[in-house]
Amino acid sequence: MSDGTLFRLLELAVGLSLVCGFVALWRRGLVSIIRALAVQGAAVASVALLLGIHEGQVQALVAAVLLLVLKAIVIPRVLIGVVGRTVEYREIEPLINIPTLLLAGAVTTAIAYLAGRHLTALAPGPVTQAVPIGMAVMLLGFLLLVFRRKAVTQVVGFLMLENGVALVAFLTTAGLPLVIELGAALDLLLVVLVLQVLAGRMVRQFGATDLNQLMELRD
Amino acid sequence: MTPAAVAIGMLQVVVLVAVAPVLAGVMRTIRSRLEGRQGPSPLQPWRDLRKLLRKERLITQQASWVFVLAPLVLVASTLTVAAVIPTVATTTLLGDAVDLIGVVYLLLTGTVVLALAGLDTGTAFGGMGSSRAMTIAALAEPAALLAIFAVSLRAGSSSLAAIAETTLSDPVGLASPETLLAFGAVAVVTLAESGRLPIDNPSTHLELTMIHEAMILEYAGPDLGLVEFAAQLRLTLFLTLICTLFIPWGMATTATAAAVGIGVAAWLVKVLLLGAAVAILEVGLAKVRLFRVPELLAAAFILSFLAVVVSFFLQ
Repeated sequence: MSDGTLFRLLELAVGLSLVCGFVALWRRGLVSIIRALAVQGAAVASVALLLGIHEGQVQALVAAVLLLVLKAIVIPRVLIGVVGRTVEYREIEPLINIPTLLLAGAVTTAIAYLAGRHLTALAPGPVTQAVPIGMAVMLLGFLLLVFRRKAVTQVVGFLMLENGVALVAFLTTAGLPLVIELGAALDLLLVVLVLQVLAGRMVRQFGATDLNQLMELRD
Repeated sequence: MTPAAVAIGMLQVVVLVAVAPVLAGVMRTIRSRLEGRQGPSPLQPWRDLRKLLRKERLITQQASWVFVLAPLVLVASTLTVAAVIPTVATTTLLGDAVDLIGVVYLLLTGTVVLALAGLDTGTAFGGMGSSRAMTIAALAEPAALLAIFAVSLRAGSSSLAAIAETTLSDPVGLASPETLLAFGAVAVVTLAESGRLPIDNPSTHLELTMIHEAMILEYAGPDLGLVEFAAQLRLTLFLTLICTLFIPWGMATTATAAAVGIGVAAWLVKVLLLGAAVAILEVGLAKVRLFRVPELLAAAFILSFLAVVVSFFLQ
C-alpha cells in the first residue's frame, strides 16, 4: 500500500472516530450510543493498524488486532448486556437539550483545534496533523461524562475519553509498547465488568441507574 | 458564449423540466411497489399537471397580489436555478453569474414566497404550514451554507462548475473526511428542504403533520399545477446538486454531441438512482416528531461544521 492511500485511510479513520463522538452526544437510545462507541473503537484500532503497517512493526499489528477485538466487540457486548439487564433502553433527558449539547460539542472541537495546533507545530507531518482530532474525541467523551446521567452513558463517556487518549498516543508516538497498550485496555475491561455488577446492584436497590439518586444519603 | 454552449444550456433546462415530474412519478411507483401496492404509472404527475393546467383559475376573495404572484415567482426562481446548476455539462446558461451560494438563496426565495402565500389568505392551516416551513428553512440554512463552504474549500471556488471540474480531475479528493461529512449534511438538508420524510410527508393531508401541503391548501387549478411542478423540479434540482457536487462523473466537459449525449444519460441514471434511494429510505422511515426536527437539523449543522473544521485540521 502506498503512503498516500495509507494517510488517506488514516484521515478517514480519525474523522470517523470524531463523528462517532458526536453521534453519542446526539442519540437518545442507549443501544445506539453503545454502537457508536463500538464503531469508534474499531476506528481507533484501525488507526493503530495503519500506523503499524506504516512503521512495519509486527508487535504493533498484534496490539491493533487485540485492541479491535476488545474495543469493538467485547466491551460493547458487555455494555449491551448491562442495558438489557437494567431494562432501560432510553436516556430520558440529558441535563441540557440535544441541539445545545451538539453546539457545546462544536465549541469543544474548536477549542481542541486551537490547543492542538501547537502540538502539531512541534513536528508537522501527515500523521501528527490529526492530533487535534484525537484531543477533540477526548473532550467529547468528557462532555458525555458531564452531561449524561445514566451509569451506562457515563461509562461510555469514560471509554470515549480513553479512546481519545489512545488516539493521541498513537498519533504522537511511533507506537506504544505492547505491554503498556494492552495493560491500559485490560484496565478498561475491568472497569466495564465492575460497572456490570454495580449496575445490577443499583437496579435492585433503586429500580434505575440514574446517578442523581445516589446524591442523598438514606437509611 | 458560443452558440454550442447556449444550445447545451437550453437542452439542460428542457431535460430538467421534462424529467422532474417523471422522477416524482418513479419515486411514487417505487414506494407503492415496496408497500405492496400497484401504484400509478410514473407518467401520472405529467397527466395530473396537464389536467390542472386546463382547469378554470379560481382564487379566494381574501387573497391579495402576494397569493396571485407566488406560484409565478416560485416557478421562475426554480427555473433560474435549473439554468445555473451544471447538469449534463460543466457549462450552463447562467453558471458564470450565479455561484453555489446564489443557488441556495434562489431556492430559499421560493420557500419564502410560498410561506408568504400560505399566510396571505389568513387560514389556520396556511399559517401553521408557513410557520413550520420557516422554522425548518431557518435551521437548514446554516447547515447548507457551512456544507457549501466546506465543499468550496476543496475546489478553492464556490462556482459549481469549478467544484465539479476539480472533482473530475482529482477523484481521490472525494474520499476525504470533509467531503463525506459535507455529503451527510447536504443529504439531510435535501430531505428537509424538498419536504420529504422524515421531516415532511409529501403524501399526507393530515392536518397535524403536513407542512408543504398546508401552505398550498388554498391553491386550485393552474396555480396548484404550477406549485406542484415547482416542488417536483425543486426535488430534482436538489438531487442534481448532490450529483454535481459529489458524483460528477459522465458530465460533458467538451461541447461535442457525443459527450453531451453521455452527459444526459449519466445524469438520468444518477438522478434516478438517487431518487430511488430516497424512495427506499422513505419506506423504512417514520416521520420525526416536529419538535425533534431541530435535533436532526442540528446534527446536519454539526456535520457541516465538522467538515469545515476537519478540512482545517487536515490541510
